[in-house]
Amino acid sequence: MEQALELLSLSPPGWGANLLRGLVASIQIALGAFGFGLIIGFFGAMGKLYGSPWVRDLLEVYTTVVRAVPELVLILILYYVGTDIINNIAGAMGRGPVEISGIAAGIWVLGIVQGAYSTEILRGAIKAVPPGQIEAARAFGMPRGLLARRVTIPAMTAFAIPGLANLWLIATKDTALLAVVGFSELTLETRQAAQSTRAYFTFFLAAGFLYLMVTLLSGVVFGRIEKWARRGQPSHRGTP
Amino acid sequence: MGAARPTIASGYAMIRAMMIPRRLIMLGLFAAFVIWCAATLDWSWIPAYAPLALSGLWVTIWLLVVSLVLGFALAVPLGLAQAIGPWYLAAPARAFCTVIRGTPLLLQIWLLYFGLGSLFPQFPWIRESELWPYLRQAWPYAILSLTLSYAGYEGEVMRGAFASVQKGQIEAARAFGMPRFTMFRRIWLPQAIRQALPTLGGETILQLKATPLVATITIVELYAVAARVRQDTFIIYEPLLLLALGYMLIAGVITLGFRWIERRGPRM
Amino acid sequence: MKLRTMLTAATAALALAAGAAAAETVKIGIAAEPYPPFAAPDSAGNWSGWEVEIAKAICEAQDMTCEITPTGWDGIIPSLMGEQIDVIMASMSITEERAKKIDFTDHYYKTPAVIVTSNGSGIEPTPEGLSGKIIGVQASTTHQTYAQKHFEDVAAEIRIYQTQDEANQDLYSGRVDAVQADSIAMADFVASDIGACCEIVGAVADDVAILGQGIGAGVRKGDDALREQLNAGIAAILENGTHDEITQKYFATTIYSK
Repeated sequence: MEQALELLSLSPPGWGANLLRGLVASIQIALGAFGFGLIIGFFGAMGKLYGSPWVRDLLEVYTTVVRAVPELVLILILYYVGTDIINNIAGAMGRGPVEISGIAAGIWVLGIVQGAYSTEILRGAIKAVPPGQIEAARAFGMPRGLLARRVTIPAMTAFAIPGLANLWLIATKDTALLAVVGFSELTLETRQAAQSTRAYFTFFLAAGFLYLMVTLLSGVVFGRIEKWARRGQPSHRGTP
Repeated sequence: MGAARPTIASGYAMIRAMMIPRRLIMLGLFAAFVIWCAATLDWSWIPAYAPLALSGLWVTIWLLVVSLVLGFALAVPLGLAQAIGPWYLAAPARAFCTVIRGTPLLLQIWLLYFGLGSLFPQFPWIRESELWPYLRQAWPYAILSLTLSYAGYEGEVMRGAFASVQKGQIEAARAFGMPRFTMFRRIWLPQAIRQALPTLGGETILQLKATPLVATITIVELYAVAARVRQDTFIIYEPLLLLALGYMLIAGVITLGFRWIERRGPRM
Repeated sequence: MKLRTMLTAATAALALAAGAAAAETVKIGIAAEPYPPFAAPDSAGNWSGWEVEIAKAICEAQDMTCEITPTGWDGIIPSLMGEQIDVIMASMSITEERAKKIDFTDHYYKTPAVIVTSNGSGIEPTPEGLSGKIIGVQASTTHQTYAQKHFEDVAAEIRIYQTQDEANQDLYSGRVDAVQADSIAMADFVASDIGACCEIVGAVADDVAILGQGIGAGVRKGDDALREQLNAGIAAILENGTHDEITQKYFATTIYSK
């Protein structure tokens, strides 16, 4: 036990700081990917609901493929494709190879994956908004941008929160997959610490604890957000 | 799967849905892409790795089926304990589900395989035990971690399913003097499974998508075969594309299978 | 791989200024997994070890600005070809198979491949000795190729690990009977506290086609200027004694032979 604490201490020769550094990287990647996924999801949902048949079919292909192929495989494909494209663009512009940070690459690959799930969640949430509210705004001649900003988005948020909360947890856990590709985040830092000290059990348990803390804290935060998003809604509706 | 479209009820309807000009163009483009892939990419490695790929496919399916069956068997008591159990059963079940769902599966797999493995030498009697030949293999750890993971997620689903069975039905059964176990077997469980069925297809695909992670503990399943091709031949895209296609086909079969089961199931 | 060359060709055709300026900093890719004593991170995240020092010495000898870039071993050749790194210095053996994809410099060290087992196992490093045993090797290494060629038919199983350390760990836990790996890395392992479980039982029979012509630095095909520069650097540190000096810090014997 004493030995374990020594290994986990924050200052060298303890590896606690490495784990925390990995945790920060993991959270950065998860936040970025979640945000990027939300942007994709917003446009994806709009496209699926209001887009032309072409757009709808293409989005259907996107969400189906992403949800059928293991994240690990998608991450590898997107990683290689992404770096190829960027290097080719850079080459075409007459520049040398571009350095792609692990965090940016992680956000890119996980964001694309998250986007597919976001699309479905936001589509469901928009559909759950009572059509009368949107029609009423339209009847008053509200412009589309304002309608989205003042009516659709605030009204759908409450319906989207539970799904998005779940998606955020998936984002934090999926960052672990980046360890297989060699990105420095919590799981890889843990593996390196475990291999360097041979204290596999201690470090994997410690990392599990950190992930669990993120999950539990997120639960509290999302609970608050949901309460806030539901303000002004009649209380008898309950959860959708 | 949210992608499941209730309108597409049969293969025939599915074909008809594809017969719109726009979709025909898309299919044409897709076919052109496939032909382009087949013609210009490097597939020369396939014959050499085909037997390995088939055994990998078998391992993937085996892992999936075994972990689903065992995981579901574990999920039922977990869900039941949380839905109606006394606190001393509900609390540990809830804690288990929270821990499993709150940590990455990859970490769980490594904790079980490498974490436990690093403790073995401190207990020499383990090597003398009858379990040792199994503990030396990688597959028991893979099955254990995949099973626990599935049980954690499905336990949560089953909790909701058990809780949603209408009280009136239970009361009616009780009024007839039905023994508790019969009541569970004949009324509660079938209804809960019926409730959970629409999510089971999706959960099964999620479990399929989790299987490649055990490649990191030396299990040679489908993903590991593709990784081997990549490592041996340094060909990147081709094995990955084929692998993605393979998983999509399996996911497609699972989706169709569950749709078939759902259609055949008794109506409520 | 053709897809990649086609992408490159397509964009190169578009490029108006094709003469891409060479990156000023040379990125030296090392495997992002501890491989002591050649490369290992300390808890502050700095990488050190024999190979890291050799890399820095070569750069210094040639007045190059270098940056050590840890990269997953599994994807290190694709990373080189994708230009995330410019040089591989990750204890990579020069083999014919790899030479089809990348170019190698002259070798900067050369050591035999050995078999390690638990103490007193009585296992010989031959196909007969390893018959019915579980052998662990690291993925994408010459040892994997060698074991699959020479031991696959007789061994109970050849288990492939992502990192050398995981294979060592399983030798320690008793889940594999033997590990085939580089002699120096294994000498370091058996000297460590958990390595006390185990001993080197001997070198495997040589197979130059697989085990290669020593360890060299990998560069992209056609990157001849960089390759020549590295070759000159390797020659220089062998000449001026820097190579020996660094070797003495880590090893009792020389690990370089022509």
